[in-house]
Amino acid sequence: MDLTFNAEERAFEQEVRDFIAQNLPAEMKHAQSLTPSVFSDPDIGIAWQKALHAKGWGAPGWPVEHGGPDWTPAQRWIFEAECARAGAPNVNVMGVKMVGPVIIGFGSPEQQNFYLPRIRSGEDYWCQGYSEPGSGSDLASLKTRAVRDGDDYIINGTKIWTTHAHHANRMFALVRTNETERQQDGISFILIDMKSPGITTRPILTIGGDHEVNQVFFDDVRVPVANRVGEEGKGWTYGKYLLEFERGSGIASAKLREALKTVSDLAESEATGRAIDDPDISMRMSEIEVDIDTLEMTELRVLSALQTGQSPGAVSSLLKLRNSEIRQAVTRLGVDVIGHDGLYVEPMRPFYKLNEAPGIPEEMLPVVPEYLNSRAYTIFGGSSEIQRDIIAKMVLGL
Amino acid sequence: MDLTLSDEQRLVRESAERFVAGTYNAEHRRRMASEPLGFSAEIWKQFAELGWLALPIAEEHGGLGGGAVEVGILMEAFGRGLVSEPYLSTVVIGAELIGACGSEAQKQALLPKVADGSLYLAFAHSERAARFDLAEVATTAWKTAEGWRLDGRKTAVLDGNAAGQIIVSAQVADDNGVGELGLFLVPAEAAGLTKRDFPRLGGGRACNLELRGVHVSADAVLGDGSDALPVIEAVVDRAMAALGAEAVGIMQTLLDQTLEYTKIRKQFGRPLSANQVIRHRLADMAMNCDEARSMALRAALMIDAEPVARGRAASGAKAKIGKCARFVAEQSVQLHGAMGVTEELDIGSYFKRLLAFDTLFGGSAHHYRRHAALGGRTIQA
Repeated sequence: MDLTFNAEERAFEQEVRDFIAQNLPAEMKHAQSLTPSVFSDPDIGIAWQKALHAKGWGAPGWPVEHGGPDWTPAQRWIFEAECARAGAPNVNVMGVKMVGPVIIGFGSPEQQNFYLPRIRSGEDYWCQGYSEPGSGSDLASLKTRAVRDGDDYIINGTKIWTTHAHHANRMFALVRTNETERQQDGISFILIDMKSPGITTRPILTIGGDHEVNQVFFDDVRVPVANRVGEEGKGWTYGKYLLEFERGSGIASAKLREALKTVSDLAESEATGRAIDDPDISMRMSEIEVDIDTLEMTELRVLSALQTGQSPGAVSSLLKLRNSEIRQAVTRLGVDVIGHDGLYVEPMRPFYKLNEAPGIPEEMLPVVPEYLNSRAYTIFGGSSEIQRDIIAKMVLGL
Repeated sequence: MDLTLSDEQRLVRESAERFVAGTYNAEHRRRMASEPLGFSAEIWKQFAELGWLALPIAEEHGGLGGGAVEVGILMEAFGRGLVSEPYLSTVVIGAELIGACGSEAQKQALLPKVADGSLYLAFAHSERAARFDLAEVATTAWKTAEGWRLDGRKTAVLDGNAAGQIIVSAQVADDNGVGELGLFLVPAEAAGLTKRDFPRLGGGRACNLELRGVHVSADAVLGDGSDALPVIEAVVDRAMAALGAEAVGIMQTLLDQTLEYTKIRKQFGRPLSANQVIRHRLADMAMNCDEARSMALRAALMIDAEPVARGRAASGAKAKIGKCARFVAEQSVQLHGAMGVTEELDIGSYFKRLLAFDTLFGGSAHHYRRHAALGGRTIQA
């Protein structure tokens, strides 16, 4: 057994560091550091995707025949960790990490040829049409209907919590194509052009003050049948496949460590009156750091299993649960660390484009919004309660 | 980066699990509780035959040259059966202390005896006033014409009654005052040594020691007599990694038994495990077991790293596994209902062993503080 990366992997790590040093501009890094939401705004997210694409790194997890860089699981881990350490923006994960693998796994050659290059290059920006007002945790009860009319489906209904629908030009959605006895069997997976007539988007502001999510309405929207991925009625299977990627991309610890470092730097600064000298804050800092060590080690165990061709098992639920809980603990600690300055509200977004200097140190601006936004971590992608159900069923066999 | 077991490691695990499953049960533990040693000398011989006592000892001293990962594999299996043989005191701590700072003559004299099962060791370090601070020792060792004179009290010395040689830590003192920490080999029958032997929480035995004018020869000091604190810290880190692995075995057994029980036990016409509140609790227990597994392995894999990284990994593991263990232990009792608080089920024995684990070498708060201190940060007590 060996916990360290080998010489080749360390050389790759250096290559990634060098690439980031040359291609991540200071202003992009600064903008990302002032981003309180889970997703980076497209101005920096797409710019970073284009830089990665130019290097051939636009789709790290994809097989080489679809333009992936042919990385080992260890290389992917190193790449993600280095991007997190450097404070690089988040790319459009709905494209690269969610719909991409589904199109690769189940799409037609035509779909693969059309969509995959546009995801890699950052030309297309995707959003995810899963949840509906009446279908949250019980996703399979979804009601948005797609009715066959010649070579088209006609879609009516609504999707909600659609992250960046206001930026996206494409959506992948689960829609009901059949009323079946088992509701999962009537669902299909479909790719929708967001400029199609009949689509309207309503912004939903969240408690952190950010516009990230939306409700999307479909009013007799025509979508070619050719945009359906795989078989009709098999959408649930594809959708669950995608959720595995959404929950357990398996590389969260590096981001959490950076987030904790930001809080720790604040706590050690005079700007917070050295909050770190408070034993409660200092103790929580240590507990969280050890929790991140634990998560990282679990990620490495999964990585090692993947490297040797073993299946890591139903561990994505555990990773998702702990990642979200630690994220909430870090951001909550941040609020306690900045003390009085947590009362200051800056309604303008993004924080990196303010017209005048804020009334508190700039680096404190995202702290409270981050905490408020982070409450969503234990809800999206299958709530913590759903994850515990999955663990009870898949890990414990209950 | 490879965290898969080698074929050899897999063999060690299989043989240890098989041996433990076939040897240890509630009836066996009851018998051991009334043994003067708290364990079976016969089984210890079998440990020797299986090569387990030689496992982490260097090859030139009759050992197999294994490391913390292999010891962890054994300890996890030991946890499953609540093994009470003095593996931690003799092999993980005693032999490591001798291996790390003993003279060549001391290693040649003692380590082969550990490997062949003819010598038990104990480490007498903790003192009541020090709590879990490894550097705080009031016991003194005065240089005399013939050797050393030891005076002091040691508390909760694991397997001190069984040990043929007790390794005693003391401040080296002379007319100029008190100096660095030294380690001294004290034979069990030394004059002036008093032992108050008692059954230990969770199985096995321990004793409180009083040393009143105990004279040992000049060659009783381990090694060249230079400050032993760094070695003590390294070996205690190793012991905590091993104990962490043992705790994983204990926790996994508690989870397995509790899972089984909630499937069988019916109330309101259905099994307990049909209730979501129970299923979620079990899911949390499973996650805590898995996290403990990660941290025990991490501590073992970092045991040969430089002292700060090693110490942070060991203290992080002790703190985290302690928290996980408390959760799994308490919820196991809770989900067994009233039966969980009786001596009629095994659950209580496993619970108590985890409580002992949490106490040994200091609990979570102590180790979060050490973790922070090694990272350059002080947490006010």
